[in-house]
Amino acid sequence: MTVGSIIANSSIIICAGSGGVGKTTTAAAIGVAAARAGRRVVVVTIDPAKRLADTLGISGKLNNEPHRIEIDAGETGQLWAMMLDTQATFNEVVRLYSVDSEQVKRITSNRFFLNISNNLSGTQEYMAAEKLFQLHADERFDLVVIDTPPTRDALNFLNAPSRLVRFLDHRVYRMLLAPSTGGLRIISAAVQPLLRTIAGVVSAKALDDVLEFFRAFEGMDSGFRARAQEVVGLLKSPSTAYFVITSPSVEAVEEADYFITQLAAAQLSTAALIINRLQPSFDESFAYENHDQTFDYSALDANLKNLNARAAMQVASIAQLVSRVSPAPVTFVPLLSQDIASPDALGVIAAHLVADQTQTTN
Amino acid sequence: MDQTKFFTASRIIIVAGKGGVGKTTVSAGLAMAAAQAGLHVLFIELDDKPSAEKILGSASSRGSGSPGYGNWGYEPTEIALPSGTGHITARRITATSALTDYLDTRPLGKVSRKLITAGIVELIATAAPGIDDLLVLGKIKALESEGVADLIIIDGPPAGQAISLLMSARALNTSISGGPIHQQSAEVLELLADSARCQVMLVTLPETTPVNEMIDTAFALEDDIGVHLAPLVINAVESGTTLEIPKSLPSASGVVQAARFQNARTARQSHEIARLKERLAIPTLELPFLTTIDAATVAAAILHQIEMMP
Repeated sequence: MTVGSIIANSSIIICAGSGGVGKTTTAAAIGVAAARAGRRVVVVTIDPAKRLADTLGISGKLNNEPHRIEIDAGETGQLWAMMLDTQATFNEVVRLYSVDSEQVKRITSNRFFLNISNNLSGTQEYMAAEKLFQLHADERFDLVVIDTPPTRDALNFLNAPSRLVRFLDHRVYRMLLAPSTGGLRIISAAVQPLLRTIAGVVSAKALDDVLEFFRAFEGMDSGFRARAQEVVGLLKSPSTAYFVITSPSVEAVEEADYFITQLAAAQLSTAALIINRLQPSFDESFAYENHDQTFDYSALDANLKNLNARAAMQVASIAQLVSRVSPAPVTFVPLLSQDIASPDALGVIAAHLVADQTQTTN
Repeated sequence: MDQTKFFTASRIIIVAGKGGVGKTTVSAGLAMAAAQAGLHVLFIELDDKPSAEKILGSASSRGSGSPGYGNWGYEPTEIALPSGTGHITARRITATSALTDYLDTRPLGKVSRKLITAGIVELIATAAPGIDDLLVLGKIKALESEGVADLIIIDGPPAGQAISLLMSARALNTSISGGPIHQQSAEVLELLADSARCQVMLVTLPETTPVNEMIDTAFALEDDIGVHLAPLVINAVESGTTLEIPKSLPSASGVVQAARFQNARTARQSHEIARLKERLAIPTLELPFLTTIDAATVAAAILHQIEMMP
């Protein structure tokens, strides 16, 4: 397997890695490489910082709908990009499973629901997975590439659908739901002090919103749960490939190692390891004695040796990671001097991604 | 600048920066530097990640094999330091622990007590977004008022989250009128606005995207939250000298390629540092690129930079 063949054959590629390792740029470059290989690919970013749009050279134009990016990709290749809108996607899911438009209205206008869609940890990951599911089913695309949120926990993404279901299933909420006619007044005496405390912390109005939300949500659970299972099934399907992205810094390598461990714990394998921003090493065989002897080469020589020592350190720091993912392919993307802000610049990285590389830096 | 003067400019320093800029390394080095200046430092980690514990732990067990981690928790842990310096105490303060601590002080029945689980914390945090952040800041404020240390250093969340962490007090103060949370948020706002009590130290790398993000964060913190910024930290700065390449050398040779590579990097860094200084009129600490990351080395670099400050 090579990175090129994975890009040519997968139907979903999930890019995981810590913040600051060039994950968004890599996801976009995978998109370019796939389109060049003749695929109809959509790249989804979750990063609200509009970095994908900047990377593609279309600042500010991305939203929750796929947007076609013009690139030179032969006859069949197409590149699309979109930026996940968690709220809008959640509204779509509610619409899908609600019994009538009245229920949609009650849920989507509830303040607690708005909080869930924007602040509950895991919601963003779940909606990303949901969007992945929708795009996977969309006939316009044959590959979906997703840039995951910069979370420490790679499994957040995998567990998010079931976590939200669990949140809605939690016994506390079951209890809140039980007295669906009388509200707080007839809730068992044992729970009342807790509710009073919660109300004291979050205010009585906020607690009312919570109760109202759980009531409005009733009847939707089974559809919701079934969908969550389908989404998880897709995330675990063999045509879904997990790319772990890292830079050679100690912190990033540690995080990448943790991701790989988590993937393995979920019985998933790392399809490819992408190591970004690797400092190049340089040939040391230069014979100074054949050149101008009046010039002091010591600073130049010290720089050469220093850079090579750093490159060697980087290679050493990733060596264990490289052997851990074996036999998955490993791709090195060198530190590039230019800013990546156009599909053409991305093409340079895309070429590195699919180039046949041995496991050395040069 | 005098070390003590630098470290006593405020009683709390929140260290913040984009992922991958070395925020945790700088926080740990700063704690070590302050301890070397004779201060009693409380180091606070806001999540469960092991990196700060690894760095500070390695300072205590240098030469004695691999350091252990997993010892830091909500309760203070003493970091062993060489004698003749101040000391560092470390704790992890997460939203769950701060909320449990808070609810523990309320009169609750047995059943309710059993229900105080991660689920309840999630429910509360979702019902009133920002409350988890506020509880963490509230706990830090309480520690500051109790005077548990000369200096509290917080290894803050990544830049974007740092803004929402610090914004939580203002948002809740407006949305919740009256009650303990209103009171708490008012006190936290007061803390944040007082530069003698709390400052934010932003960390960046001398590269385009991190610098852009630092500029945006700095404006948001000062304008929207009114928090005072400590000197900016620019991490992993190259020496800055341009290497002279004699024309007679073949340009394909490794030595010339290496020199060009380094010169281009140095030039890019100088450009970014100049741009940052032009946009933000705040003193900077420029830490050199380090090949070994341990708290003592980072501390030495920080102390050297403080000495050079006017």
